[in-house]
Amino acid sequence: MIASNDIPSRTNPQETFVLNLGPQHPATHGVLRIKMTMNGEYVIRAEPVIGYIHRMHEKMGENRTWAQFLPNTGRIDYLSALHYNHAFVGAVERAAQIEVPRRAEYIRVITSELNRISSHLVWWSAFLLDLGGLTPLLYAFDDREKILDLLEGVTGSRLTYCYFRFGGLCNDIDDEFIQGTRTFIAQMRPRLKMYRELVTDNIILRKRLEGIGPISAEMCRKYGATGPVIRGSGVAYDVRKSEPYSVYPEFAFEIPVFPESDSMARYLVRMEEMAQSLRIIEQALGKLPPGPVMGKVPRVLKLPPGDYCYAVEAARGRFLVRTVSDHKEFPYRVKLRTPSFSNLSLYEEACKGMMLPDALALLGSLDLVIPDIDR
Amino acid sequence: MEALVDTSQIVKFAKLDDLLALSRANSLWPLTFGLACCAIEMMAAGGPRFDISRFGAEVFRPSPRQADVMIVAGTVNKKIAPAVRTLYDQMLEPKWVIAMGNCAISGGPFVFPGQYAVVEGVDQLFPVDVYIPGCPPRPEALIEGILALEQKLTGKRRWPVVKPPQ
Repeated sequence: MIASNDIPSRTNPQETFVLNLGPQHPATHGVLRIKMTMNGEYVIRAEPVIGYIHRMHEKMGENRTWAQFLPNTGRIDYLSALHYNHAFVGAVERAAQIEVPRRAEYIRVITSELNRISSHLVWWSAFLLDLGGLTPLLYAFDDREKILDLLEGVTGSRLTYCYFRFGGLCNDIDDEFIQGTRTFIAQMRPRLKMYRELVTDNIILRKRLEGIGPISAEMCRKYGATGPVIRGSGVAYDVRKSEPYSVYPEFAFEIPVFPESDSMARYLVRMEEMAQSLRIIEQALGKLPPGPVMGKVPRVLKLPPGDYCYAVEAARGRFLVRTVSDHKEFPYRVKLRTPSFSNLSLYEEACKGMMLPDALALLGSLDLVIPDIDR
Repeated sequence: MEALVDTSQIVKFAKLDDLLALSRANSLWPLTFGLACCAIEMMAAGGPRFDISRFGAEVFRPSPRQADVMIVAGTVNKKIAPAVRTLYDQMLEPKWVIAMGNCAISGGPFVFPGQYAVVEGVDQLFPVDVYIPGCPPRPEALIEGILALEQKLTGKRRWPVVKPPQ
């Protein structure tokens, strides 16, 4: 990292060139395109170009019933599908004042936290792949498959879950799931320790990430960045604590915060979050209440007119669903506030004056999911 | 005087085309091009459990000029379509295309009256050899797709068909 006044100040177009990154580039994790104005190896300006995987989710929300939109929520951020399910289901339940059984809420928390771990494992492997390490992917996907097996047993799908229903869940969990999850927790803890020894404490990784890509808390607030990005800047903002939803207040867990604001801090936040998620799952399994998993829901859902919001802490930050109802079977409007979009928007300011490889390390540490940006 | 070695066990005679097809089928190099959800299952297929390298297709190439097969894994919309087409054009002959997932086959769940963004099927852009249905398809399905492509190349299936349990 060089001080900003050392950046070669030649910005006249004859001495800079435009480097086109994407839409097909391994480091952009999908179809993000970044137009970089370069001066040699230094980034003068990086302009993200989005919209390459716009899939009309918000428009589709206006074209189908509340229940028909539910499968869409699993495909916005496909890595943390259950959180997105939760937000939409929560918004509708809040509007229609549907009572959710406590057992269903507990199972929602358990499955969501498992989903968070699997999402962070994909980020971890892809991020280290960007930095040049192939091996971590093989370890992370091995652990991830165990989570997918568990979730597949109860939800029926491996990736784009549609498990939550208005008023509860479509399936109850069985003893096999509970036993499997306990086994998984017991296996995962030593694995996290191994990850720390194998990768996190590695001097090459430290040199590559420490002090690289500082994002101040002020910049996070300016652009609305949330999730591990703002927690890596020293702000303890987590929707599970600041706007508690579901049964999260009943569990003891910590919000990992690292004030260093660099790429390493964001890395450490996510690694620590996996351990905290394991803690939540363990507590939830310990006091899982008996009872039904589905509340009373009217057959044809017509929400009272009004404007309803529900925010959850997804794996990438605050995801908010805002639905507007005009007492018809279809929503009037479904607005999706996705975390990746806000997290990307600070990129242009944050990577000014960085070396290109560092700018890519910063991009990886933001953990972007491109369909989550474009929706 | 009898031969020291039975050469028929060592030397096989074949048409050059057959030999080339056999070698191509054994080392299909896919293009690293993930579009959406299906790309994660494509990564999982390269992961330790499914291990696509058992079939010689694990060498994901970031450059289209080094790739043999393009796995279109995800939704193609109207903005990305010219780029996908360019990638296809940049690949060297012989080249094949696998349409992975419902989006690449037909637009999948994103087709509704009045839709304005999604290309309804990647076969509108270029010819497709193998279609793999699913939303997203499981990694086993992708492996089956690779095997189907091998069968298309060599004319015979080299791996047994897995029958679903009764």
